[in-house]
Amino acid sequence: MATAVRRLKPGRAVLLLLSLIYFVLPIYASLQFSLENVQGGFTWSAIRAIPSQPGLAGSVWLSTRIGIVTMIILMLLVVPTVIYVHLRLPGMKRTMEIITLLPIVIPPIVLILGVLDATPLGLKASPYLLSLVYVVLALPFVYRSLAAGLDALDLRTLEEAAKSLGSGALRTIRFVILPNLRSSLLSAVVLSLALVLGEFTMASLDLWQTLPVWIVNFSGSDPHISTAVAMLSLLGTWALLALVVFLDRSHSRRLRKGLVQ
Amino acid sequence: MIDAGGVGYKWNAGTLLRTFRKSVPVLPFLMYVFFVLGLPTIVITALAFKSGNGHYTFSNIKVILSGGQYRAGFENSLKLGVVTAIIPGIIGTLIAYAIASSKSGALKRIVATASGVLANFGGVNLAFMFVATFGAVGLATTWLNAIGLDPWNYGFNIYKLWGVAFVYMYFQIPLMVLVVTPALNGLRPSWREAAEGLGASPWQYWRRVGIPVLLPSVLGCMFLLFAGGFSAYATTEALTGGTVALTPIQIGAYLNGNVIATEQNVGYALGFSMIIVLLIAVIGYSLLLKRSSKWLQL
Repeated sequence: MATAVRRLKPGRAVLLLLSLIYFVLPIYASLQFSLENVQGGFTWSAIRAIPSQPGLAGSVWLSTRIGIVTMIILMLLVVPTVIYVHLRLPGMKRTMEIITLLPIVIPPIVLILGVLDATPLGLKASPYLLSLVYVVLALPFVYRSLAAGLDALDLRTLEEAAKSLGSGALRTIRFVILPNLRSSLLSAVVLSLALVLGEFTMASLDLWQTLPVWIVNFSGSDPHISTAVAMLSLLGTWALLALVVFLDRSHSRRLRKGLVQ
Repeated sequence: MIDAGGVGYKWNAGTLLRTFRKSVPVLPFLMYVFFVLGLPTIVITALAFKSGNGHYTFSNIKVILSGGQYRAGFENSLKLGVVTAIIPGIIGTLIAYAIASSKSGALKRIVATASGVLANFGGVNLAFMFVATFGAVGLATTWLNAIGLDPWNYGFNIYKLWGVAFVYMYFQIPLMVLVVTPALNGLRPSWREAAEGLGASPWQYWRRVGIPVLLPSVLGCMFLLFAGGFSAYATTEALTGGTVALTPIQIGAYLNGNVIATEQNVGYALGFSMIIVLLIAVIGYSLLLKRSSKWLQL
């Protein structure tokens, strides 16, 4: 790393140094803010006070439930469709790409306007309405990550090999294609989970107190505690990301050594 | 029935049926997208052109165009989108170039991973981080104040429009690095060598080869950044509590019931206008990217 930086031309080194400061300073400042008392000294009191905050546990549980339902729909509906399109309907790839651009054209703040108006009352009263919409928000991440994984595979050969060994279509998907998509699936899941757990726009306008909504609602009463919660949720997300990268690396290392079939 | 230009491929009932049968497994997904994304969009469009008592009208759109707070909000959102596309777009391209042309694999991996994480980082946490850093008593503000350069004394205010733009850079720069890097990697060293072999100076190489080849992708990526900056809601709402006049904030206020009785469906007209602007941006993005793939194998 140090030698890499030394090898850069001075202009570039200055540019990279300035951007490093811009991106790291806010993280450092908020960590410090979460860990200081009124006099500016160090204290764990904001962190220690977190578990007893009214409404926090409920909001974490709500976010978790919404996240789980979102993941279930993604796995049962979106992932099979993407695999099917790549296996049998490659002509539809272009349509899928256009669909993944749609959440940019209709961003959350606009979509929620129409969703709240078009949803029947019974569903509108349920927090899982958010899960239904989050699936659409996660679509670009899931599609791009899976499509990259699928494009890298020689699907035709894999499928024919499995077929000649007597495997049916579902068996081929379960035992041949899905294992090969492991890392794309993992990154799709983590990216969409991070998106769902951090989503504020639609949750707040649909009047559900998910974790990000709680953080904003609570920020008036004690900014130290809400900043601490914000940093914790951030560290949690990053830990999740790091875990996935780590699991994926160690898996492929073992694969190379032949320890995993 | 139809001979497709003499290729010898004939559409008949059999192939049609087969194509249809093949598409059946995709139907649940397409219906899902229709109900969750398509139907709400149709509802927004229809209500944008309806008055409170159900008649078709252009008055909602006129309310926005004629001036007042909604027009100011729309203009602010456009300004915010353009500024947070151009400045982070340029900075992001420079960073991506510095990384792409360095020989360190570790640096490349670190920047790629960090960009992937930070590009999706808009929202509540970001707002809190910037208040703790550049707020009136934030850490960086205190440091700068100690050396007599308190930015708040020079007109900087994180809760105003340009403060918001400053915060948006935090996810816009990494997004630019992420989307423009493939284009920079597509810039082949052999072109530079060929130019140098023909006696071109570095400046001539960039003016005649590098910039013309890269410009479509860089501009295309800026359209993508514009879409993000134009439509972001969470960061600004959490940062300012809705005090900045921006269209997404006004739609939020509309949904929370802050609306005059005579302007009942103006919220939908705001949403519809945003869709039109974003549609133009996404089409611009796709066309420019298609154009750039002429030279770059992306």
